Amino acid sequence: MSPRKEIDANEIKEQLLKGYPSKVARKRSQQIVVNAKDEALNVPEIKANTRTTPGIITQRGCTYAGCKGVVLGPTRDILNLTHGPIGCGFYSWLTRRNQTRPVSDEDHNFMTYCFSTDMQENEIIFGGEKKLAEAIREAHRVFKPKAIGVFATCPVGLIGDDIHTVAKQMSEELGINVFGFSCEGYKGVSQSAGHHIANNQLFKHVIGRGEKPSEEKFRINLLGEYNIGGDAFIIDDLLKRCGIHLGATFSGNSSYEGFENAHHSDLNCVMCHRSINYVADMIEEKYGVPWIKVNFIGAEATAKSLRKIAQYFEDEALTKRVEEVIAEEMEAVEAVQREIRARCEGKLAMLFVGGSRAHHYQELFNEIGMKTIAAGYEFAHRDDYEGRKVLPTIKIDADSRNIEELTVTADPKEYRPRKTEEQIEALEASGLEFKGYEGMMPTMENGTLVVDDISQYESEKLIEIFKPAIFCAGIKEKYAVQKTGTPMLQLHSYDYGGPFAAFQGALTFYRTVDRMISARIWSQIKPPWKMAGQPTLEAEFVHAE
Amino acid sequence: MLLRHTTAEVAERSALSVNPAKTCQPIGAMYAALGLHRCLPHSHGSQGCCAYHRSALTRHYKEPIMAGTSSFTEGSSVFGGQSNLLQALNNMFTLYDPDVVAVHTTCLSETIGDDIPQIVDKANEKGHIPEGKYVIHANTPSYVGSHVTGFANMAKAMVDYLAEPAAMKNECINIVPGWVEPADMREIKRLCWQMGVDVIMFPDTSDVLDAPQTGEYEFYPKGGVTIPELKQTGASSATLALGHTASAPAARALDVKCNVPCEVLDLPIGLAATDRFVDALRRTARVEVPQYLENERGRVVDVITDMHQYFHGKRVALWGDPDQLVSLTEFLVDLDMRPVYIVTGTPGKAFLKRIEKALDGRVPEAKVKQGLGADMFLMHQWIKNEPVDLLIGNTYGKYISRDEDTPLIRHGFPILDRIGHSYFPTVGYGGALRLLEKILDALLSDQDKNSPEESFELVM
Repeated sequence: MSPRKEIDANEIKEQLLKGYPSKVARKRSQQIVVNAKDEALNVPEIKANTRTTPGIITQRGCTYAGCKGVVLGPTRDILNLTHGPIGCGFYSWLTRRNQTRPVSDEDHNFMTYCFSTDMQENEIIFGGEKKLAEAIREAHRVFKPKAIGVFATCPVGLIGDDIHTVAKQMSEELGINVFGFSCEGYKGVSQSAGHHIANNQLFKHVIGRGEKPSEEKFRINLLGEYNIGGDAFIIDDLLKRCGIHLGATFSGNSSYEGFENAHHSDLNCVMCHRSINYVADMIEEKYGVPWIKVNFIGAEATAKSLRKIAQYFEDEALTKRVEEVIAEEMEAVEAVQREIRARCEGKLAMLFVGGSRAHHYQELFNEIGMKTIAAGYEFAHRDDYEGRKVLPTIKIDADSRNIEELTVTADPKEYRPRKTEEQIEALEASGLEFKGYEGMMPTMENGTLVVDDISQYESEKLIEIFKPAIFCAGIKEKYAVQKTGTPMLQLHSYDYGGPFAAFQGALTFYRTVDRMISARIWSQIKPPWKMAGQPTLEAEFVHAE
Repeated sequence: MLLRHTTAEVAERSALSVNPAKTCQPIGAMYAALGLHRCLPHSHGSQGCCAYHRSALTRHYKEPIMAGTSSFTEGSSVFGGQSNLLQALNNMFTLYDPDVVAVHTTCLSETIGDDIPQIVDKANEKGHIPEGKYVIHANTPSYVGSHVTGFANMAKAMVDYLAEPAAMKNECINIVPGWVEPADMREIKRLCWQMGVDVIMFPDTSDVLDAPQTGEYEFYPKGGVTIPELKQTGASSATLALGHTASAPAARALDVKCNVPCEVLDLPIGLAATDRFVDALRRTARVEVPQYLENERGRVVDVITDMHQYFHGKRVALWGDPDQLVSLTEFLVDLDMRPVYIVTGTPGKAFLKRIEKALDGRVPEAKVKQGLGADMFLMHQWIKNEPVDLLIGNTYGKYISRDEDTPLIRHGFPILDRIGHSYFPTVGYGGALRLLEKILDALLSDQDKNSPEESFELVM
């Protein structure tokens, strides 16, 4: 049953806007778009990556969360030290489900630890640089890490602590790489700014320092894959079976050494376009490694991504092996798809999450016959919605301008174009797209709703109107949605299940969605005496003769 | 090993905190505000604070946690957050129709020095606060105190803003329950009602953070202390504050503002602390302790006498919040257990003295650490030096538990990986019984798992 699918999306948009004060309604009207693509896949413009309206109940996080929590968090052997009051370090302690596998018992793994300078009032008044320096010394003395990252929280920027100078001094004093991230929570408009700050610093301070190129053939890096619930493991297994060697992952299951040597790989594959596409650009400019967009969420998408990689390497044996693996996997996948499609076909899904997840996971829903009726990102930019072709038209506002843009030139020693211009052209002619991302909206049906930075109020309205079979977002939305009787799947943490990537992950996803939608408990919410048709007056007991 | 870098070698640290046994003030203020009926908590700072607090509380309760944020940008950080808060108040009252917005500050807005009452006045002038609606606030700088301090400050704000002095006192007694679970708040109210005492409890998160699944989402669940009730607290005959850290400031403020005498008690966790609470109720409200309650108490004593051999001498490490730790320590000592390592990141006078009193000289080897540098890393190092039989603390203890193969009882905040804490109380005699069951379950399961086959016991 797909109730009220025929409702006009424009009417719904008007309904959503009606509840707001008029000024806010004007702003939101540009962030709520009814999808309408033409034959050339041009879509209407959406306002994205702009300031959150205060008090609206946003689901967005901050720059620190994007920098320390998302990008650097999954790296096991960098000691991540939060400079600030205790909260920021505490909340980002182990809460993102990034899995990691140290290669040996001796290998460093600091991910289970929370390191903080636990700033006190005294340091807010007199400055916290001394305490920071001492904390770095203590961290070095007790933990002997290869590298230390220092993360600034809101008050650090205000009181003017110079974390970069302290990091530099400590680097010299201790003889290890110490680098800082000016990721104060108030910078930028969402986590996205934090990703950028994190990636810039990794590019400046880590990538390219390594001198250990691996000898394997077909070396790629995976960018924008954070190994939530083991996604990167399952992708790595798949690549191995195909004979493709995964160099570095940014930053799921990652290591410092992997980052250092990332420039030795021959292809960068970008998963989450939002959080990292600019790093792929910078690596290409500095080291000559081209990049392609991939997506290992969805069985079809996985097959397509593997084929793209094989196409890039232009190797017959690799292509053959990739086709064999796809054929082996697809058989099981299709069988399960058929079974689950019978129960899920035509049901409605909504996805409001991330900077790419709301797009990627639509593939999986399509594969079991479900339709995404509304979707949106929490922290994406226009190019993630409308495609990279709009990049030249995106205006840089004040909030984006305070995020550093690195100017990158070819490295005199390490720049090595992996393909000649002619080769690239030939590959493009044969259908391989470099640096391409179509965006979410061109892949969604016309008349669906696209909502950027959705508010709690809007989520509630959409659920009320569409009564979707499933709603996907994050932990903050989870239980409010479920209280309406709608199954809610977290796409940040996978509800502590998954992995959902690649073929095996797709199977897990289909089964998860099927399980959630078909759970018996949804029919038992009302007690039997409140079910429709129950008489209000019951017969009374009589004594048996 | 999950915590592979933790060794027995304890090095002095003066600046580095590792695996803290506390978090920051604003989350406590948010939790307390949720115990006010139809209240929308509001975080005046960067939006990350609000996102983190909502996430942490949601994971702990598996319930919706709604709150607004001022979403500071670089500009507001330089020029102040006034316009953000004005907009936020207008939007929240328009969209979500709360009866009251409870604003708490953050390290950011505190460092800037935003004056919340002045901004709220401005909001009133601009007509952003509808007739009959309220805005209250608490200053909760993250670089002072801990999450418990934040709770205490917001509980006090309820008094500062809403309690009204009354010339005539009534029979009612105010209870400030401290940072305990909704189930605990419900249990404390039940205890009072069973003794025939009329109470106003604030904050009260029961029926808010354990709301039923009905198929209809209620943005404001039915629980929480109401504004008329809070106004009435000034007419009550007394206040019982449970927990010195979390509850005393509100109770004292009420005494000063409305002349309601207060008594500050330990959290009624365990036998003796519950006894003191029941006795205080009896004295304050001039009521009898009903037989029913004495029977409840008797069952607790019965279990302790029956199973004493399993408690006796067992070494326990515990960490968490001061008020919880004091009562837990006392209870463990009453069981002849040995709480040997006690750690809280929350600062505050008198904790060490109270713990000393709870230990009653019976555990001379006990190590107690509070405030800066009192973290779970240090406690784990102590354990590496001399192990314990049982861990009692929040979910972060599961890493130590697995590495050291030591059973863990989840208690305190946050519990991210189990349910139960919001449904089953640990306060009162019923709560004591539940704690006993948990302790025995943990210790006996451990014995079952590790005993040699020949001494694997059927009857225990």
